[in-house]
Amino acid sequence: MTLFVAGLGGLLFGLGLIVSGMSDPARVIGFLDLAGTWDPSLAFVLAGALLPAAVAHRLARRRKFTLLGMPMRIPTPGSIDRRLVAGSALFGIGWGLAGICPGPALVLAGSGSAAGLAFLAALLAGIALYEVPRHGRP
Amino acid sequence: MTIDLLHFAPGQAFAGGLVIGLSVALLLLFSGRIAGISGILGGLLVRRPGPEQRWRAAFVFGLLASPVLYGMAVAPPLTVVATPLVQLILAGILVGFGARLGSGCTSGHGICGLARLSPRSIVATLIFMGAGITTVLVLRHFGGLR
Repeated sequence: MTLFVAGLGGLLFGLGLIVSGMSDPARVIGFLDLAGTWDPSLAFVLAGALLPAAVAHRLARRRKFTLLGMPMRIPTPGSIDRRLVAGSALFGIGWGLAGICPGPALVLAGSGSAAGLAFLAALLAGIALYEVPRHGRP
Repeated sequence: MTIDLLHFAPGQAFAGGLVIGLSVALLLLFSGRIAGISGILGGLLVRRPGPEQRWRAAFVFGLLASPVLYGMAVAPPLTVVATPLVQLILAGILVGFGARLGSGCTSGHGICGLARLSPRSIVATLIFMGAGITTVLVLRHFGGLR
């Protein structure tokens, strides 16, 4: 059941990215291009996504266990440190360079786009660059 | 600043956003997990096999399958990536490394984090939006790589 929920979740997430235009790098660049002809559409994606997510979080916060009886795992609040600032800045630069973030990278790769596959390979390399020195090889 | 009315599609964007939010809600309420995609990929890359790996793999599989399903039901999503390969690779490495260093990306901080008003996520989202806007500004208007 957990696997079904996760699979359905991934599928819905991907369909949402496609319908919203978020998986189209040109549209993402259009949103980030404040100085050019700005396409504010992606602000509406965020607004649409935050609505159900915020309601779900309010419900989840009152529960110890999920609807499937598993322990609820909500991140505990941490501090705003240098890692958060530096990591987010690097992430933002990469996002601006290609207009692709991790979710859309998977959608583009799944659609068979050569550029999407190349980006996904680089994305995984970037993640491994961080993870491997800390956790060892898989 | 001029608004790009040719591409502006608030209704479609909002509807797609709702579906993304629904996915986040589903994963949180049923499985108690945060739909942070860079974290899920990071976990898949290094952790030992176990139940955590299986739901992560299922989520990633769903994402990979979504354009195929959309293609069968509606039309294959047409996206042209015009970015030069070197720039694309550099971008991918920065996105992957940065998201893990900063403990989240557009999904984990931008949606899940903002939804619970996490101060860390608010700061992260402002920083990556700012960095993205600055990068596009430099590239497009001060003649950078493209």
